Amino acid sequence: MSYLYAAYIATWTIHITYLATLLRRYTRLRNEIAEFKGRIEDK
Amino acid sequence: MKRAFPILAVLTGVLLSYAMYQALVVAPTEQTMGDVQRIFYYHVPSAWTAFILFAINFVASIVYLIRRNAKADMLALVTAEVGVVFCTVNLVTGPIWARPVWGIWWTWDLRLTLTLVLWLIYVSYIVLRRFSSSGQTPLLAAVLAVFGALDVPLVYFSIWFFRTQHPQPVIGGGGSLDPRMWHALLINWLAFSCFGALVCWSRYRLEVLRRDFDETLALEALLEPRSSKARSS
Amino acid sequence: MSSVAGLTRATLAKDLRLEWRSKDAINSMLFFSLLVVVIFSFSFDPTAEESRRIAGGLVWVAFLFAAVVALNQTWAREMRNQVLDAYRVSPAPPNALFLAKVIGNFIFVTVLQALMTPLFIVFYNLRALGPAYQLPIVAALGTWALVVNGTFFAAMSLRTRSREIMLPLLLFPISIPALLAMVEATGAILTGEFSARFWIVLLAAYDVVFTIASLFLFGLVLQAE
Repeated sequence: MSYLYAAYIATWTIHITYLATLLRRYTRLRNEIAEFKGRIEDK
Repeated sequence: MKRAFPILAVLTGVLLSYAMYQALVVAPTEQTMGDVQRIFYYHVPSAWTAFILFAINFVASIVYLIRRNAKADMLALVTAEVGVVFCTVNLVTGPIWARPVWGIWWTWDLRLTLTLVLWLIYVSYIVLRRFSSSGQTPLLAAVLAVFGALDVPLVYFSIWFFRTQHPQPVIGGGGSLDPRMWHALLINWLAFSCFGALVCWSRYRLEVLRRDFDETLALEALLEPRSSKARSS
Repeated sequence: MSSVAGLTRATLAKDLRLEWRSKDAINSMLFFSLLVVVIFSFSFDPTAEESRRIAGGLVWVAFLFAAVVALNQTWAREMRNQVLDAYRVSPAPPNALFLAKVIGNFIFVTVLQALMTPLFIVFYNLRALGPAYQLPIVAALGTWALVVNGTFFAAMSLRTRSREIMLPLLLFPISIPALLAMVEATGAILTGEFSARFWIVLLAAYDVVFTIASLFLFGLVLQAE
């Protein structure tokens, strides 16, 4: 039975880890865009 | 198009919860393996989803080679990445199932080995994309995807014959599934396919945004020196 | 067609002459596989019976790693002085260049195998119990399989960062069926327990599929810019 839970937890851990990396990449990109916009407006 | 995304997200959430309920509660307990067999409802749909994603990757790569369409390239990139994620799920849940049922974590069974080799090929695909400098990446990646797809039948036959020479524990064992088990399996597959599509979509939008921004940056870098020079003079 | 053959011959002759004068590739491959043989030999210390069983894997792992050493140098020579760029703008068919490189590497690895085989026999007390005449066939087909994909992927990894690492990362996963076939065929011939015919057919199929695919796609990879 614990094997069953282990498998389900592992599945979601993997999926959530991937989603988290996507989110991290997205926030990084948004920061870059914000920084870029700031630089453009300064001129 | 934009509005479809939250709808799909909600649908996926509902489907996933319903599928989990089906897998854990409704589906009957398997007689010999017991509750451990319920891993099956996550294990098999992950594999199917991964294979579909890899197939889309192959088609998109061919389209890219013929048309040089940036959208096809992005689709190939996205499906390879998400496919590897699903393939990883399959490879991780497999041993967790095998251990209590057959007493071993791993065996060089046909399906296991084929999945592992596919995983290796697509990981090398992602590594290539990561290591390659921007301009030629899509072309090289598409070429590698074609090579990988050509490799699959060869891998299949080699492992199939390898198995006939080196007897392994018999796995899976066919048999007929209870209709309620089929139901749970298909619902889970549907749910995971929707989830996969959702993840692909998000990844695709991220990639579009990333490329647009990189393009803007490049344009800006081109215009920069001229404008500053104009101001100074 | 004759121009392809002529160009292939010219490039091949040039590569062989360069190699004959420097002996860079063959020396590094030889020393490398010698090291593999010695290290494996005393880390396992197998009996004759066991060694027959594991020799297939051992021999091909040694040759595989040695081949990567040579393959990594294949295109490096053409990068210096922009020879490859010159080739790209010339009207010469890219496949002639590719074939010359593949045949060149095939010759290097075959020479390596010819020199290393006696050493393997000495260190591991090998004697084929099966039909020994099949061994050269397996060696030729297996080497071609490694070299045709290796040369192609070496050309691909030219355009990546840290290309020396990239080549094995691309080559090994795709080569798994070929490696399995070589190892199993060699094992089958040495132990005489199975027939190696299926593996030889599989190797031949692998060679045909990937030679055709490489010839189709090499032009694209060479022109990629």
